[in-house]
Amino acid sequence: MEYVNLFVRSIFIENMIFAYFLGMCSYLAVSKTVKTAVGLGAAVIFVLAITVPINFLLDNYLLKPGALTWLSPEYANIDLSFLSFIMFIAVIASMVQLVEMIVEKFAPALYGALGIFLPLIAVNCAILGGSLFMQQKDFGGVSEALTYGFGSGVGWFLAILAIAAIREKITYSNVPAPLRGLGITFIITGLMALGFMSFMGIKL
Amino acid sequence: MADTKNKKEKSPVVLFVAEEKEPLFSKKNRKLLSDPLNDNNPITVQVLGICSALAITVQLKPSIVMAIAVMVVMACSNVIVSLIRNLIPNRIRIIVQLVVVAALVILVNEVLKAFAYDVSKELSVFVGLIITNCIVMGRLEAFALGNGVWKSFLDGIGNAAGYGLILIVVAFFRELLGSGKLLGFEVLGHKGATMAESTGLYALGYENNGLMLLSPAALLVVGVIIWVQRSRNRQLIEKN
Repeated sequence: MEYVNLFVRSIFIENMIFAYFLGMCSYLAVSKTVKTAVGLGAAVIFVLAITVPINFLLDNYLLKPGALTWLSPEYANIDLSFLSFIMFIAVIASMVQLVEMIVEKFAPALYGALGIFLPLIAVNCAILGGSLFMQQKDFGGVSEALTYGFGSGVGWFLAILAIAAIREKITYSNVPAPLRGLGITFIITGLMALGFMSFMGIKL
Repeated sequence: MADTKNKKEKSPVVLFVAEEKEPLFSKKNRKLLSDPLNDNNPITVQVLGICSALAITVQLKPSIVMAIAVMVVMACSNVIVSLIRNLIPNRIRIIVQLVVVAALVILVNEVLKAFAYDVSKELSVFVGLIITNCIVMGRLEAFALGNGVWKSFLDGIGNAAGYGLILIVVAFFRELLGSGKLLGFEVLGHKGATMAESTGLYALGYENNGLMLLSPAALLVVGVIIWVQRSRNRQLIEKN
């Protein structure tokens, strides 16, 4: 039940886009058609679900104050947490590279669909954001971190899918010229974020 | 996407400029500084660096700190990447750029923690997110990889200024309308428990707009800023 709660929280209440505005740049740039939005969204879920648990392990067994005690009790007061940014981003960049190679080798069809978006993800702030929030939340175990990573990925996916569908339809409406394109997308996202706020406080 | 276009447009110009000696603040160099403020604003035109711009603009003070932090990181990373641009193999350039930016961001984060702890708490993960702030990576890719050190420095400063400008405008409206304060000072008068105890506008029955404190308000404010900018600057209007 705890996991379901965490999962639902990370999708709806702490949605990466509507609550924290993470991954906005690719969200705005790639949401012109539903098809590409689905591709990018799937890639984000994939990478988030892999990198958050890995960074959780790194944080707990390498970076946190006293995390090195498993090596030898002498290291109890070593604090490497200032290295977390560089470690996390290195994990993410190498994971994206690795995932790209694996997908290319074993699932060429999926690679063809995701191809262009995989490298883009290394600089998607939702990915690094997921790891940094994980660090703040102090999860109890890897499975919680995995649930959180997967859930935030699904939340991001839903958000980009929704805005892409709306943008496809909005080409038929009469938007004031200066507001067309980027401007109206901002305002729609604002309204959607207001809607998502109604999930606040829900507990399962 | 606009960046790759820019790169192509600018590269022949830069080759030409490199041949003749020019003063440090020639017309073209001044344009590097002034363009991002309006015609080529990183947030409203290039769609870069939006994530952090929206999340930290509830108050003016963290926005100003963030703008300065981004400016330092951008100027330094542009200079460093431009210095080593001929040594970076093309395949691993993204990782090299990320490492340069991450090292600078760690420095900024530690300095903030030491000298402005409260603000650093408020900004929380967003200082770390400067690493993946697309504005830094975007300008490195589009400009610093193909241009000289001084030009890259100016480009970094200019784009960070354009970014900071939007940040400060959004934060100004959100703090003023949302909590009636600017930089923590109660500019609209003091709000007491009842109308009789209040001063300034609050004595006339004025109320703060709670919507402005919520995160969606940032999106609405930026949307309106884009609207205003594009109706004054018609060439920026998108066709669809």
